Amino acid sequence: MSAYTISLLSIVGINVMLAVSLNIISGFCGQISLGHGAFYGAGAYSAALVAVTTRNLPLALIAGALVGSMLGLIVGFASLRVRSDFLAVTTIGINFLFTGFVRKQGWLGGEMGISSIPPSGLGGTGNMVMIELFAAGTIAFSLYVNASWMGFAFRAVAEDEDAAATLAVNAVSYKLVAFALGTAFAGLAGALYAYFTQFINVDAFDFITSVMLMAMVVIGGIGSTFGVAIAAVALTLLPETFRFINEYRLLVFGGLLVLFISLAPGGLASLFHGTRARLRR
Amino acid sequence: MFYVDLAVSGVVFGCMYALMAVGLTLVYGLLRILHIAHAAVFALGAYVTVLVANVSGSILLGFVAAIAVTPLCGIAIYRILYQPLLHYRPDVPMIASIGLLVFMQDGFRILFGEQGVTFVKNPLAIESVDVAGITLTFAQLAVLVVTLLIFVALHLFTTRTRIGVAWRATVSNPSMAASFGVDAIRVRYLNFGIGSALAGVAGGLIALLNNFVDPTIGYVVSYKALAIIVLGGLGSVRGTLVASLFLALVESYGTIFIGSYLNRDAIAFLALILVLMARPQGFTGVRTA
Repeated sequence: MSAYTISLLSIVGINVMLAVSLNIISGFCGQISLGHGAFYGAGAYSAALVAVTTRNLPLALIAGALVGSMLGLIVGFASLRVRSDFLAVTTIGINFLFTGFVRKQGWLGGEMGISSIPPSGLGGTGNMVMIELFAAGTIAFSLYVNASWMGFAFRAVAEDEDAAATLAVNAVSYKLVAFALGTAFAGLAGALYAYFTQFINVDAFDFITSVMLMAMVVIGGIGSTFGVAIAAVALTLLPETFRFINEYRLLVFGGLLVLFISLAPGGLASLFHGTRARLRR
Repeated sequence: MFYVDLAVSGVVFGCMYALMAVGLTLVYGLLRILHIAHAAVFALGAYVTVLVANVSGSILLGFVAAIAVTPLCGIAIYRILYQPLLHYRPDVPMIASIGLLVFMQDGFRILFGEQGVTFVKNPLAIESVDVAGITLTFAQLAVLVVTLLIFVALHLFTTRTRIGVAWRATVSNPSMAASFGVDAIRVRYLNFGIGSALAGVAGGLIALLNNFVDPTIGYVVSYKALAIIVLGGLGSVRGTLVASLFLALVESYGTIFIGSYLNRDAIAFLALILVLMARPQGFTGVRTA
């Protein structure tokens, strides 16, 4: 495998983790989040700091997941105060707050970011295999959650919080769990990203990134694990295949996004299953 | 004097924010869509103003052209993009809207170039006037006056005219309004038309203020305007005006006092989050959560 293929596959794996984990929060539990990039970034930065000081791979990965999850829990508490579109914009705010804060922090490298992150010691291919294994694990976890009682409770909260409460589903704790779980995987993806690039800069975790991840969830089909995973792969590879029309890359990308949603508002999942009716409000 | 200057620039910015955001508020109030492509309509207004002004030699004619073109664009977006998506979860039209913004922004870049366009002749941005000891450029003055006029006109329109009342009725209770014979579809067209025209004017004004339009002009609008309409209470025009001025003043003073810890956008969103934690319904919204 060429170095290009290896790095492309690594990015695909990381994006699958991010999109599938966002789907747990936004798809299963119905809490629209446009700030997933912040948790991804928090994971990457904390893993980078741990890696630079201890050079211990498992410790750095755990640190990434933990910090992402902690930040997610804080935002989860915010989600108890504000609902739907108010929450969507609050999470945008979290993302801008994260990038704006990091840019001004000398100990986080400011605008320059953190370079000289030590290698994982697994080599390029080993690194990629590790990322793919974690991505597969994320998908498996998401499928497990969806089939469990918790998945049922998430769907109940997403459909109608007040109705869920009458069924003795504690919306507060399930929302917090959804945020804590989803953002833990985002933080872990960030940690893997830090080891993959060995150089992180806050631009990789900005609002645009969060929007791209949400686009993956919507295009895949809100709530469908496989649909979202496929959309993550497709949306990561698509810009690469457009390289021959480099000048018009964004134009084509935006146009395809509009076209796809107009033709298949239920996402890939509805194309496969015809579950369109289920996805309607 | 320094603090007064900050307040003045804050208020001018606030007026710009209000004009950008009010169209978004109107759309949200009626259809519950986060119309992010509004930023592209705003950019269209800016481009049309500059280009027509340069061809015709009259800045006023540039604004007239922007007011003529942007409503058509807004209504087309509603008719072609949003109408078929109204029954889906709000994230679906939102992502479509983002796709359109990316598409149009890159379209502007390809059509008019990476460097953007400037006014050939724009005396308003350079010449200034003294008002009560405060120095303003004519462009800044124009922003203040136009914003004031537009909001007064909007108020009169929605309270004194038949169609304006029908509009408000539809926003507060669509099915009730329909049973009284209000044509909901016409109200939607009106809504997108007026909102987009205001975005067009805002685009023209910001071009006047900066003497410059480039393809990224809409980017800030796309997220800042969202923050403003949420802070204002989603769907309230008065709330939007208050939130715009509040956020612009917070940014103005914030960059001076805590600018070394957070950048401008982060300060604005920090203020937004703090207000929302205290008042989850925004400044004027009805509490639902």
